[in-house]
Amino acid sequence: MRLEPIANPSTLRQLGLPALAIAATMGVATLLALIAGADPFATLGQIATGALGSRLAILETLNRATPLIFTGLAVAVAFRAKLWNIGAEAQLYAGAIIAVLLGTGALGSPFVLPVSALAAMLAGALVLLGPVLLKTRLGVDEVVTTLLINFIMLLFVSYLLEGPMKDPMGMGWPKSPALIPEARLPRIVEGLRLHWGFGLALIAAALVWVIQTRTTLGYEIRAVGQNPAAARFAGIPVNVVLLKTALLSGGLAALAGWSEVAGLKGHLSQDLSPGFGYTGIIVAMLALLHPLGVVVSALFVAGIFVGSDAMSRAAGVPTYIADMLLATALLFMVLAILLTKFRMVRG
Amino acid sequence: MTDIIDILISASFWAAVIRIATPLIFATMGELICERAGVLNLGIEGIMVIGAFTGWMAVYQGMPLWGGVATAMGAGMLFGLLHSTLTVPFGLSQHVVGLGVTLLATATASFAYRLMLPEVTSPPKIEPFQPLDLPVLSDLPFLGEAIFQQTALTWAAFAVAGLTAFTLYRTPLGLALRAAGENPAAVEAQGLSVTALRMGAVMVGSGLMAVGGAFLTLSAFSSFFFEMVNGRGWVCVALVVFGAWKPGKALLGAILFAGFDALQIRLQQTDLGAVLPYQLFLAAPYILSILALILMSRRAEVPAALMLPYNKGER
Repeated sequence: MRLEPIANPSTLRQLGLPALAIAATMGVATLLALIAGADPFATLGQIATGALGSRLAILETLNRATPLIFTGLAVAVAFRAKLWNIGAEAQLYAGAIIAVLLGTGALGSPFVLPVSALAAMLAGALVLLGPVLLKTRLGVDEVVTTLLINFIMLLFVSYLLEGPMKDPMGMGWPKSPALIPEARLPRIVEGLRLHWGFGLALIAAALVWVIQTRTTLGYEIRAVGQNPAAARFAGIPVNVVLLKTALLSGGLAALAGWSEVAGLKGHLSQDLSPGFGYTGIIVAMLALLHPLGVVVSALFVAGIFVGSDAMSRAAGVPTYIADMLLATALLFMVLAILLTKFRMVRG
Repeated sequence: MTDIIDILISASFWAAVIRIATPLIFATMGELICERAGVLNLGIEGIMVIGAFTGWMAVYQGMPLWGGVATAMGAGMLFGLLHSTLTVPFGLSQHVVGLGVTLLATATASFAYRLMLPEVTSPPKIEPFQPLDLPVLSDLPFLGEAIFQQTALTWAAFAVAGLTAFTLYRTPLGLALRAAGENPAAVEAQGLSVTALRMGAVMVGSGLMAVGGAFLTLSAFSSFFFEMVNGRGWVCVALVVFGAWKPGKALLGAILFAGFDALQIRLQQTDLGAVLPYQLFLAAPYILSILALILMSRRAEVPAALMLPYNKGER
């Protein structure tokens, strides 16, 4: 058995196989619900209503999608260049730290929001810069270094929250002081939780799309990702492109943490991210690394999480079903993408 | 400084080093076997979690301890089969598939745990492996406590390291495996199947990773926690690089690494621990792993075909 490239994959193949991957994931969901002793159709229905069933549910899904759009974009731009940034979690926390550092009184209105957003992006970029320099200079695989930095960063956050950034009014709880009102992102509709971080995430997706399709950098990133040797031969400065990609990717991931602090939580705590950085990988892969697709897939993934929470309360199926479904979806999707470009032949 | 010397001459320190090294040895050998055959297995972190969970759950359900080890091994091999099916015949990105397998395995462990023990707040304990009482050796002064009072799984880890080295360098199978990671076309020319060799290596390697995880629940902690593997898998990926893809050096690396880990735990209780934040000590293993990667990057002896999918008839 071997793989044979397909010269001109049909539209049916290109759309049908990813759709089949989603259907197969739903099949797994049904199976898991059965194993858990619940009615699978009711379970799937409860996930859907939990995510979309009411105005409040929809807003919660949009809220949950916000950091995922940022981390999904971060992963998508990096993976396009075959830069395996698995450190979005660390970059996210770098952004969150800056949001607290500048947002608790160090800067006043009207500069605090834009300045802290830019500083957060810079911090996130710096966190990724180290591993990328190690990759380009010494050939150290960035997957392991970016992964390990996630653990180091979480411990650093824990140190900050128990030491220099500890809220003196926090009743001994390890969390940072609250942001001043000027440093908070306003709500989109007064009185509801949805904040402008979501709007910014949509703008970021549009900008990344413009960068990828309308600029030289976008072209260079694609060329480096497809074939670094050929790109180098064509005169593209591969290492410079990788560094620029890293700055963009790290900056986007940092905005996830920044917007969670400035928009949603108002302070930094250790559980700010339940793995948004890692989930961003799934979001990006489901979107086939397309920046606008990231918005759609982040909404889908957020819906699965929010819906599973609600379903779990109603049907008693563990919420971890969400993680299982998303991991399954990821694996089915990479397989589906492959099979749009290759067919299996005997031999 | 005297603190450090006091620690280094205590038998309990060396016993801890060997104990901490055990899961690392299993998982590092597992990863090394995969990579020597040409497959980077980033499912390692999740496979260790699933090994820790299934081994513990099997024993909690009434299996003997070795039954737990076998169950963990089987579960690990199952995820190895998934990983290798996607990466070897299909040739999908080993990075993405590995991360997917890690996510799936971790989620499966969490899901199954909640399903099987829905109401439990603190995980139930099992009766873990006991240190072997070796005649004469265990009673030796210092050495007895430092080395010879370990559980059977620790001895198994060292045996696995020896067996890995022997198989890779002294058997035709080892030669074929190494060739699959260096020059798969040559393997195919010999009439051997690169696909079979690589898939087999990933399955066996994943089984070993899972046993490494099972050591945590069946020997070290006697119950299962969600965060118990906590990056050890990624550290093992770094250890393979540190060991330059050689079993002996990787074993040494694992022990060295465990030594630093055991040292930092003890340093936390000294004057140094009062001055420095404890998080710095906890971060030390990860920082060390990155340093190891940097140190070893200069003399890379990477298997030439690592991460390159092999498609029959293509060069």
